[in-house]
Amino acid sequence: MLETIKLEQLGCPSCVKKIEVGVKQQDGVNSVDVLFNSSKVKVDFDEETITRKDIEVVIEKLGYTVKG
Amino acid sequence: MAQKMTKFKSVAMISSGLLIGLALIFNLIGKDYFIDPILIVATVLTGIPVVYFALQALRMKYMSIDLLVSIAIIGAIFIGEYVESSVVGFLFLFGSYLEARTLARTRQSIQSLMALAPEEATLLKDGQEVVVSVSDVALNDIVIVKAGGKVPVDGDIISGEAQLNEAMMTGESVPREKTTSDAVFSGTIVDEGYIKVQAKKVGEDTAFSQIIELVEEAQDQKSQTEKFLDRFSHYYTPGVVILSSIVYLLTRDLHLAITFLVIACPGALVIGAPVSNVSGIGNAAKNGVLLKGGDAIDRFKQATTFMFDKTGTLTKGEPAVTNQVSFIDEDWLFVVAELERHSEHHLGRAIVDYAKKTETLTDCHLDVTLVKGQGLFGFYDGVRYLIGNRRLMDEHDIALARDVHEQIETEEAQGKTAVIVAKEKKVIGYLVINDVIRAEAKDALLQLKKYGVRDLVMLTGDNEKTAQYVAKQLGITSVRAELQPKDKLEEIKQRQQRGEKVVMVGDGVNDAPALALADIGIAMGLSGTDVAIETADVVVMNDRLDKMVHAYRLAKATVRNRTQNIALALLTVFFLLLGVLNGTIHLASGMFVHEASVLIVIINGMRLIRFRLRK
Repeated sequence: MLETIKLEQLGCPSCVKKIEVGVKQQDGVNSVDVLFNSSKVKVDFDEETITRKDIEVVIEKLGYTVKG
Repeated sequence: MAQKMTKFKSVAMISSGLLIGLALIFNLIGKDYFIDPILIVATVLTGIPVVYFALQALRMKYMSIDLLVSIAIIGAIFIGEYVESSVVGFLFLFGSYLEARTLARTRQSIQSLMALAPEEATLLKDGQEVVVSVSDVALNDIVIVKAGGKVPVDGDIISGEAQLNEAMMTGESVPREKTTSDAVFSGTIVDEGYIKVQAKKVGEDTAFSQIIELVEEAQDQKSQTEKFLDRFSHYYTPGVVILSSIVYLLTRDLHLAITFLVIACPGALVIGAPVSNVSGIGNAAKNGVLLKGGDAIDRFKQATTFMFDKTGTLTKGEPAVTNQVSFIDEDWLFVVAELERHSEHHLGRAIVDYAKKTETLTDCHLDVTLVKGQGLFGFYDGVRYLIGNRRLMDEHDIALARDVHEQIETEEAQGKTAVIVAKEKKVIGYLVINDVIRAEAKDALLQLKKYGVRDLVMLTGDNEKTAQYVAKQLGITSVRAELQPKDKLEEIKQRQQRGEKVVMVGDGVNDAPALALADIGIAMGLSGTDVAIETADVVVMNDRLDKMVHAYRLAKATVRNRTQNIALALLTVFFLLLGVLNGTIHLASGMFVHEASVLIVIINGMRLIRFRLRK
């Protein structure tokens, strides 16, 4: 399942790598694409192994605020 | 926790800044024993968020820049350099704060686009008007838009009429008149009038949302340079840690090793390229041109040959009356238009549109007979008129004078169509109809030549005569007419084999393969078909060729800007490292130069937001 998570504006390009590497390591995540300028994360994940909520928690733990 | 820490960052930044200032004052008045405790507090304040985020990233097995700074801060405390530890922490937080602030500016062009998005809609429900949020409008709902209001959905007008400002779709601010069964678009504004619209596309499906989405994603599409820098930065941070360990092992100088570590942070190098691209794409979007990503910019910049489709690209793609020739004193345009109203033929429509500019037509029904492939004849006030081509005149035994015959042949040699008008048995005049060349086309093509494009080529499926005539008007030397779509591909391939970088500009479904094959495909957004727009690398939303020239210049400026940024970043790191090794640069001053270089790179990128073509 492909979902787009919107974040509060990302401040630095190095954040992109942090989120990418962090989310990618979760079980059930197939691919992650972090869009720096539009501050969005596109995640393709297997909804039986992981939920959108879990991914949002991971991103928040890394220090970024998920919007809405 | 992480969110609290993000907020704490600014508290830490401000208070540590104040503390460092306080320490400076104590130093000036000679009360040195206060200095160290104050600086240690400042260091701890800045250290908390930096170390926290470094550890969070490390738990995800990622070495971030925070890690380099953390090591530097802890190391500096370890060797008792409290000035350096606190200043490094403060500058790092302050730098990232400024970075976020200035980056927000580069994103503002898309935000100003987003500000045009409608927020409310007036829904017609059971005969009642209800104001709701745009997101609550469903498909096929009826919405009402009054003067001054924004159209909230894409849909069709079911009743009423209005003057609509469609600047957001077309870049053209002259209002357009629309009425029942015309299509309207979300985000356009009703200047005057009152319309009821049935929603055909809502929310993220509207053309407006699609445009924003496309621009956003384009800004995030990385160029080759960026992709390289991305991979580079992945190995860079661990590489720096290893290198500074080596420096320490070789020199046994912890201070030098830590300074080395901080100076080598990749800041300006990582942000330099994206900042140029985002500003460039933002500028283009404001001018009605969509550049699909950094990669498209790279290829656009290298273009040597521009190939144009004719109809709909160089010309408007709609036939229009360009000349009216009359052999009698009486004005017959009104009568001709009244009769042509009954025809569905596109030449007929062109005549009606032309007449509407000066005459007010009625909607009375007249006795009109349409003759396929020839024209029509009909009666007005009991007088018979014939309007059509030569065959129509021949069939009705109406003779054309020799000079009229010659005049018409001259027009036809230029690819135009003459519609002859006869009253009873006498030819009273003719109308010249042709596809009008876009007003800005000639100038735009001239500019392309001036800016270093080597070849301008026209590829068209149209006949040789028309093609030659249009090409001559525009100063295009190379023309290929009567082409099938596959012939266009062949032409592009041949040029590419000769090492030319080919731009294809087109609008139709038949152009799509050529748009895909060319090094850069440019589609016309208004007259363009969906396929063409999706295939293209560049979309000229308002169909204006001068804006395409702007985008071409902008692509060159963007690549230049990006190169400057990368060069600046590399030079900064190089000279800083040199300074570190010969002892002229210390931890705090190095950090300062480093943060300054990040800001300079961002500000340099922002120059592109204001880039404009010189007249």
